Amino acid sequence: MFNTIKILYHQGKQYIPDLRAARVPGIFRGRPEISSLPADVNALAGCCPTGAISVDPVAIDLGKCTFCGECSRLFPGKVKFTTDYRLATNDRNKLIVKEGETKPIVLDEKLIRTEIRRLFSGSLKLRQVSAAGDNSCELELNACGNVNFDMSRYGIEFVASPRHADGIVITGPVSKNMAVPLQLTYDATPSPKIIVLAGTDAISGGIFAGSPALDRSFIENNKIDLYVAGNPVHPLTFINGIADLLGIK
Amino acid sequence: MKYISIQNNQAIPADSIPESEYEQFLEMNLSLTGNHPERHCVLYFGHRENDMIRLICCIADDIQHNILVSSARVSGNETLRSLSAANFSFEKFERELNENFGIGYSDHPWLKPVRYSEWRADKNSIIANYPFYNISSEELHEVGVGPVHAGIIEPGHFRFICNGEQILHLEIQLGYQHRGVEQLFLEKKRLIERVTLAESIAGDSVIGHTTAFAYLLEALSGKKADDEMLFSRTVAQEIERMAIHTGDLSALCTDVAYQLGSSVLGRLRTPVINYFQEWCGNRLSKGLIRPYYNPFPFTRKLADRLAEVFDRFEPDFREINAEISTLPSTLSRFERTGMLTYDQLLSIGTVGMSARMNALERDIRKSHPYGLYSTLNHTPVIKHHGDVYSRVQIRKEEIWQSITYLRELIKNIPEPVNSHVNEAGLLPEQFAVSLTEGWRGEICHAALTDDKGNLRVYKVKDPSFHNWLALALAVRNNEISDFPVCNKSFDLSYCGHDL
Repeated sequence: MFNTIKILYHQGKQYIPDLRAARVPGIFRGRPEISSLPADVNALAGCCPTGAISVDPVAIDLGKCTFCGECSRLFPGKVKFTTDYRLATNDRNKLIVKEGETKPIVLDEKLIRTEIRRLFSGSLKLRQVSAAGDNSCELELNACGNVNFDMSRYGIEFVASPRHADGIVITGPVSKNMAVPLQLTYDATPSPKIIVLAGTDAISGGIFAGSPALDRSFIENNKIDLYVAGNPVHPLTFINGIADLLGIK
Repeated sequence: MKYISIQNNQAIPADSIPESEYEQFLEMNLSLTGNHPERHCVLYFGHRENDMIRLICCIADDIQHNILVSSARVSGNETLRSLSAANFSFEKFERELNENFGIGYSDHPWLKPVRYSEWRADKNSIIANYPFYNISSEELHEVGVGPVHAGIIEPGHFRFICNGEQILHLEIQLGYQHRGVEQLFLEKKRLIERVTLAESIAGDSVIGHTTAFAYLLEALSGKKADDEMLFSRTVAQEIERMAIHTGDLSALCTDVAYQLGSSVLGRLRTPVINYFQEWCGNRLSKGLIRPYYNPFPFTRKLADRLAEVFDRFEPDFREINAEISTLPSTLSRFERTGMLTYDQLLSIGTVGMSARMNALERDIRKSHPYGLYSTLNHTPVIKHHGDVYSRVQIRKEEIWQSITYLRELIKNIPEPVNSHVNEAGLLPEQFAVSLTEGWRGEICHAALTDDKGNLRVYKVKDPSFHNWLALALAVRNNEISDFPVCNKSFDLSYCGHDL
């Protein structure tokens, strides 16, 4: 007992007091900004491993971006990654950052189904489905619940069964072998329910896009309520994205 | 003897690998490994060449520090004698050959699908129809778990046969995570695509896999990593090891319902992975390792920060471990749970920390050193009980060992090399094997190039390829309620296995 109290005392305060205004340490690669400086745009587009960069105007699709930083390494005057970790939106097009844009990525309030905030803003239980995810997004989603990030302060939690859940969070590019289990998990979740895509692999297939071993029909055939970009998603990106969806201040 | 002896990360002409008749090839590789615990098969694979299948077998010798490579050629239509019948540690490799090429084996004891690869020979074989082992008895019942599990964890299916609460048999069926990694290595030609792929093989072993990839590509293009790269890769590998080990110790506490241990160790991992972010911009170190160049040179400032992280980590880590190793409630769940004997580990070819938990010394850092490991004079941590507690103790001691190595390494940061990116083409008709010791154990990447220097074959083997069977055997005769803690004590990779 005495030891336990001693350990607790030594821990001090570990939680991040304000998750909505927290800053990330170090050189995090978050929302990029593309300057209007001239550059060999075809070479710029060509350096991307996943074809996330388009030209005319130059734009980076964060749903495809693996955040490897190769473009900013080769074209430091043209592309800079800021430490802005707010990379979640419900409008797929908002993940495309164009030349000259410096505004934050936000949700489109009009696209949020009315029942989401009415039913889930005080309590949202989520079932996670890893569909060929590489365990990096899975580790970060687990971290959302640790004592540092403590996502459950908002009533947002991952639960053990789809029967207990209000929605599913998909990671990974969705392999053929996971297509049926993914559908079954979604079907087992009671309505109304939301679908969240966490990470570049889930949003676009990432580096695996186009592999014949994938089956992305579930993603293509269902309405997605939130896209959370990252490789892997940062816990702050995920928590703030969900909080924005639920209208948590 | 018809084999060629090579070193870790040494490229050789592809046609210098001696070829034997299949029967001689079989006898030779069996005699190399039989009664030689210091030798084990690190890779055995096939590839199509004209109308034949060329089999290549790589046996690592931990005492001689070399890899013995031999080959044979078969048509794929004949039914062969298996190596597994005499040495069970070949079983997974032969199952893969059977799945990918349709090679039949007359005496393989467990010839079942491995991962339902997109490029499998028999497309009628589908994951929903896996042939599970069963025992018919009114006394017994089956429990199916997965593929989607109760936590935030990758998918796989576990089928238990139980007598009441007691597990008699567990069969682990994988393949749900199959993304086609090996094939994509051949199709994606640009370095940045390939290295991104290597980082995505297993997101909890980014350094282990990407380092194996980097050394392999450098070997195949006749380049050598400079001192700065060797340094960064070695430092990063030990940080990854201690970060994931710390997270696993937290999860092990969760699985025995010890909340304080779970919370403290969970938060102790945070500054370690945040350190990766400070170094390279990504908490799981994606972007840090590149072949041919070093995108994030290690600086004096980074060294001081690392020492600071350790100064704060150590007292709390020491304190919580002292508590865990004296609490009856944790010890009674850890000790004598999920036990494996040395003979079992040897017979199934277990690698890494799962082998070291019961006296089987398998550690690439010592046996086939790469990077700066030869200068560290690494001594593997060895335990002798083979239970969950041994796996806990190994992690704890390896974390201390990594901290010791890292504190030593950062005393001498190599001078920055003014290296600009010098991407190099691969040499034609080469073969090389690259082994690294990730936190789970031995990671193996190997490749063959064609006459134009394109990749002809790219093979990846995660330690989980061998070690999943260790988990299945460890839970026998345990209560099914102990499965979660057994599973976490191995913490094996699904995507690393399924590729």
